[in-house]
Amino acid sequence: MVADSPPVAHLSDGHRPPGRFADLAFRWVALLAGLSVLVVLALIAFSTTHEAWPAFSKEGIHFFTSKRWDVPGQHFGALAFIAGTLLVSAIALFFAVPVSIGIALFITEVVPRRLRRSIVYVVDLLAAVPSVVYGLWGATVLAPKSTGFYDNVARTFRSVPILHTLLSGQPVSGVSYMTAGVIVALMITPIITSITREVFATVPTSQKEAATALGATRWEMIRGSVFPHSRGGIVGAVLIGLGRAMGETIAVALVVGSATSLTGRLFSPGDTMAAVIANQFGEATDTYRAALVGLGVVLFAITIVIGVIARAFVARADARSAGA
Amino acid sequence: MTPTTARRCLAPLAVVMLVAVGACGSSKKSGGASTTPGGGSQLPATTLSGSGSSFQDAFDEQVFRDFTSDAQKNVTVNYSPTGSGQGQTDLQGGLVDFAGSDSLVKAADVSKFKGALLYVPIVSAPITISYKLSGVTSLTLSASTIAKIFSSKITTWDAPEIKADNPSASLPSTPIVVVHRSDGSGTTANFTKYLTEAAPSDWTLGTDKVVNWASNTIGAAKNTGVAEKISSTDGAIGYVDFSDAKAANLTFASIKNAAGKVVAPTLAGATAAMASAPVTADVTVSPMNAPGTDAYPITSPTYMIVYENQTDHNKGTALKALLEYVLGAGQAKAESLDFAKLPDALLAKAKAQLDKIQIP
Repeated sequence: MVADSPPVAHLSDGHRPPGRFADLAFRWVALLAGLSVLVVLALIAFSTTHEAWPAFSKEGIHFFTSKRWDVPGQHFGALAFIAGTLLVSAIALFFAVPVSIGIALFITEVVPRRLRRSIVYVVDLLAAVPSVVYGLWGATVLAPKSTGFYDNVARTFRSVPILHTLLSGQPVSGVSYMTAGVIVALMITPIITSITREVFATVPTSQKEAATALGATRWEMIRGSVFPHSRGGIVGAVLIGLGRAMGETIAVALVVGSATSLTGRLFSPGDTMAAVIANQFGEATDTYRAALVGLGVVLFAITIVIGVIARAFVARADARSAGA
Repeated sequence: MTPTTARRCLAPLAVVMLVAVGACGSSKKSGGASTTPGGGSQLPATTLSGSGSSFQDAFDEQVFRDFTSDAQKNVTVNYSPTGSGQGQTDLQGGLVDFAGSDSLVKAADVSKFKGALLYVPIVSAPITISYKLSGVTSLTLSASTIAKIFSSKITTWDAPEIKADNPSASLPSTPIVVVHRSDGSGTTANFTKYLTEAAPSDWTLGTDKVVNWASNTIGAAKNTGVAEKISSTDGAIGYVDFSDAKAANLTFASIKNAAGKVVAPTLAGATAAMASAPVTADVTVSPMNAPGTDAYPITSPTYMIVYENQTDHNKGTALKALLEYVLGAGQAKAESLDFAKLPDALLAKAKAQLDKIQIP
């Protein structure tokens, strides 16, 4: 260590090493590249808000609190779509998170080393399937086949409080919040899996070995060493998955049923902000068009908030593991 | 297969294809030279572009192709079915030479155009009320029943209103599933316009490209999406344009028209509706709920919109020739493409519109 220090000191003294100009240039280029992201983000936020202003100023707070989306009557309330977006995302996370963590644990802790690579490859392949393919499969295979299943589930939970509302709805050709949620769950599973896998891989072997040496079983080792170390990283992965789920457009548009409804009944058709924009933007004019852009602004805002929260969690997790 | 056998198999195939291509090319040439409809000479090379209504796209595609292969070989016509609203916006910006549109320009938007506009009606087509209900192959609906079904005031197929329209049918108690367009659509605008005119007291959702459907209805994208949902759901009912409904083998309801007669959706019924509807001074027609006895009441006209004063000689001449072809040879092809040709009186008025086009 001590022997290495003199050359370092030499580089930072008054002499001009040949790399100095390149260093300076690199610094500015990197700074500009970093700033350009912020500038683009700010410009998007500004121009979309500007475009959406006629709708925001006309509707005021009703844009967020009214569920009436009535184009001939020129009333634009986005509440049903905001709620729909959150509902579909919640269903997607409900299914995707346990499965993703399970796959990640399986890959890092259970599976033999030589099989690991091929399983990782298959999971990553799932992430590469275009969303419209998931959507088409959902619309032509999953939705028609799930009608009977939804009926049975609704009948089973008919007398259970809360669940009898959640697990009900009109069994109309299978398009529903639930179908959309399941499709989105499929799409975000690979993302959450690969991030949590990376996080699990950073758990120091010494900690795992310490737990095992104390007589812990494999599950006790995972619970005692792996989870506490990766909690922040898992939350970050889930929030990144949530961001993706909320923005998912075409697959949701194909299976959600495009009905303007504010309901907690998961088997009934509904709509999400992204799907409404995709479906209706083509023929929209004036205030109607502004209202659709307004949906985009709301979606953008919610996504940014979630992104910031995700970053904060990841940063906290990093800080903690660095301190450990 | 060894390389040798592959060559042996492919060689005759290649010869056959060469002969076929040669034959096609030569027959086309000889056919084209002898027939130039309208007696016009060949115009110089020009490209016409249009955009708008997807409703007329299937008609345009075939007729424009025939125009460029049979009548004017040097002219190229491009049409993108972006939707009526987009077509009008493109024409305002001068991006296209004509717009296809199912709807008229709104009064507030007239000033956005670069000059006076001409509407040229080209064809019309019925919008079907298609349904799927096991055991029921023929169904009659009145305007007020349709309005109640589509606003979810009637929710089962054995409702008294449907029974009253179909006294002899045995109707099951299947729940009705209303399927509508999830995208903004001229078909939705025309269908809801019909309901507004024919059943004003029962239809309260207004008329536009998107309306505030009841929450228990389901949406699907485009005519084909709605057709697919109807054919896969027992108890479903929806509105689908004639050619897509026919292509999807859907069952159509017959509609009680303004004269009280029950009419099935047919091209003749659409032409009859166009013939009995009043024509305005700018040659636009509103055949919804038309008074004729044989009129199919849910009939949608479609137009090409052009500027009265053309700014380019070659383009103006080619555009006029294209419109003449659409109103001439194009009308004869309409039926085979599932569109209804214009009735004679309206066709004469449409042709008179072409004389107003000013070419520099």
